Amino acid sequence: MNLFKLFGKKSFPHGIHPDEYKAETNAKVTRRLPFAPEMIVPLAQSIGKPAKAIVFRGQHVSRGEVIAEADGFMSVPIHAPVTGTVKEIDIAATAKGGKQPAIIISTSLSSGQRVHDLGEPQDYLAMSREEIVKAVQNTGIVGLGGAAFPTHVKMAIPPDRSIHTVLVNGCECEPFLTTDHRVMLEKIDNLILGIKIAMRCVDAPKAIIGIEDNKLNVLTAIEPYLPDDGSITIEAVETKYPQGAEKMLALSLLGIEIPSAGLPSEVGLAVFNVATLAELGALLPQHRGLVERIITITGDGVKKPGNYLAPIGTPVRFLLEFAEFIGDEAELILGGPMMGMPTRSLDVPITKGTGALLVLDKRATKQDDILPCIKCTQCLQACPINLNPSELGQLAAKRQYDVMEEQYHLNDCFECGCCSYVCPSNIPLVQYFRIAKTLNRERHLENS
Amino acid sequence: MAKSDLKIDIRTSPYIRKAPTVAQIMRNVVYALLPLVAYSVYHFGISALALILVTTFACMATEHFFCWMSHKKPTILDGSAAVTGLLLSMTLPPGFPLWMGVIAGFVAIAMGKTLFGGLGYNLFNPALVGRAFIQAAFPVSITTWTPAFAVDRFVEFIPSTLALPFMKPLPTADWSAQVAIDGFTGATPLALMKFQGIITDSYDLFIGTVAGSTGEASTLLILLCGAYLVYRKMLDWRIPVAVIIGTSLTAELFYFIDPSKYPSPAFMLLSGGLMFAAVFMASDMVASPVTPLGIFVFGCLVGFLTVIIRLFGGLTEAVMYAILFANAATPIIETYTQPRIYGARDKVKDKK
Repeated sequence: MNLFKLFGKKSFPHGIHPDEYKAETNAKVTRRLPFAPEMIVPLAQSIGKPAKAIVFRGQHVSRGEVIAEADGFMSVPIHAPVTGTVKEIDIAATAKGGKQPAIIISTSLSSGQRVHDLGEPQDYLAMSREEIVKAVQNTGIVGLGGAAFPTHVKMAIPPDRSIHTVLVNGCECEPFLTTDHRVMLEKIDNLILGIKIAMRCVDAPKAIIGIEDNKLNVLTAIEPYLPDDGSITIEAVETKYPQGAEKMLALSLLGIEIPSAGLPSEVGLAVFNVATLAELGALLPQHRGLVERIITITGDGVKKPGNYLAPIGTPVRFLLEFAEFIGDEAELILGGPMMGMPTRSLDVPITKGTGALLVLDKRATKQDDILPCIKCTQCLQACPINLNPSELGQLAAKRQYDVMEEQYHLNDCFECGCCSYVCPSNIPLVQYFRIAKTLNRERHLENS
Repeated sequence: MAKSDLKIDIRTSPYIRKAPTVAQIMRNVVYALLPLVAYSVYHFGISALALILVTTFACMATEHFFCWMSHKKPTILDGSAAVTGLLLSMTLPPGFPLWMGVIAGFVAIAMGKTLFGGLGYNLFNPALVGRAFIQAAFPVSITTWTPAFAVDRFVEFIPSTLALPFMKPLPTADWSAQVAIDGFTGATPLALMKFQGIITDSYDLFIGTVAGSTGEASTLLILLCGAYLVYRKMLDWRIPVAVIIGTSLTAELFYFIDPSKYPSPAFMLLSGGLMFAAVFMASDMVASPVTPLGIFVFGCLVGFLTVIIRLFGGLTEAVMYAILFANAATPIIETYTQPRIYGARDKVKDKK
């Protein structure tokens, strides 16, 4: 992999170069969205167990107050995004298609929407590692880059492992998305503080902020804020999708491979998204909970694309209205165009993991016929994990899902979609792999 | 408020894609072959043109016929049949009877492609299947070479070209002797090497002023056309390179053992159909491996077998069988050359 460094740019082999579409929004300063009249706050917003509601219908809640508490360690609490009244605790539509329990809050129009503190300000330097982990859990922060993995779980490093580097992921390699970019320009203080908290919590001597070289203005903006002891550095890597995958970033920056089916901590790394750490730096010292996040609303279906600070639980309908939706046929995507989640309901709320609302004109994204694989090897040359998508795709067509898993490393696929992106035969490869993984999981459950 | 009758389309990610379509790839291969067609027409005249057109048309007609017969959606527009036809015609001698060209085209598509299930499923390069068939069926015609640059080549057919179907073509020896400028022997450089021990000058081979099949004459032009496809990312450069490496190394070995008996690597590379086959035939996407190491093994195998057959086999032209053999070996090559994945663990720890 050092071969790539010879050419000057730090990068990883394979991957793709999609059009970026970031110019629409990357220079737009984040604006606060008004409060929607009704907020839909799902209880399951992260990986792990859903939170348990602790409010009742008709109860008054203030913004920032805990409305659902964590159910065990693999779970995070949820805080009220607005001051208002609990209208209902019911099931509501989610982006995944099914319905999930959610707390529905009617926004109080007369309230000043002041944020409620959970307690006295906290000084992370005076806290033990265990106390920091607990405090991080109390903020309700999960991976804001899209994975929505509870951050405190990542920070609780097993005692037999030591971390040498905290990787701060500011690549934002998905086209269209610019929220991390804005965070790195607008919330530098919070970001640096968040990095220091993370470093202390995982006991790492250094941290590297990794950005793609399409955001070089971040480099000049952040450098004056870096501590003098050189413990935090910032480095640019090649702009290439999926550079922002933690496996790829670890390889690009440090030449380290995260082992198959393993955690970054196995090779001494802890990886966090920039927005996650910036929120951590903002919330933990003030002892507050996560009530809002920055999202990019963009695509050719909206008139006012931009970056917005949106309360968690804001329905898509409200966002579309605010960004002035145009046209009558659209594809709505929560997240980026490569890995985002489609939604067909306008009543779906944005959650902690939602980084963007992408509104694409349906006609522009028409699907062509699927042709047989001509073994052009484009997918092999695109797969960042070095899988053989061509063979996997043919096995999927034959429904040999067990062979895919046992002989062709299906479970190492992290579904970046590069294979589908480059396929001349329009084979929905990554889509097949998702189905195969799901069916395999079900089969294993049955067998166990 | 967003309109309530909003039509929302739903798919799963990724929502954007950017790839040439199969038809675009095939069309570009056709474009890349056109200069070779032009050069061979300039070289051999209207006989070559007629042969190329007839053979290509036969391939396309066969493809269409089978689609119609099996009630499938017509696939003729994906261009793969045209590519097969052009490739096939390039490997035939310029004076090859047209009716045999039709048979070659039919066999190429019917037995080489449709039988396996159409584009994407063929085990062998269809054009070579067609050629292998006629090599067995018409051994004389396929080794009858006529001189290039005959004076009347743009107005007069080579006598054998217009043979009636299922009739023996007219002998061309007299005609060749008559039109040849300076004592045409009718032998290709490979035949000269094999049977008379004469080594043709490498520069002539490179430029293409020697006897041979319609499309294989000029190495220079083949490389240029191949470079265009590589530039458009529609040809995997690794295959031609591996074939060249395999050929050179094997030829070098024999040349090293006995330079007086065996030809030099340069001659091996530049003579006969090797360059054309390396760039356009071995690189047939469907019938070659997809794994990076497999591609290299495949190419080297083609090169190795070509040299072995040329030196020790009974045939003058060997690259066709070398490729067909390597095509057959492709599945097993792939099995043993799966790429190492990112973060792969040691085998021992791998088992649960």
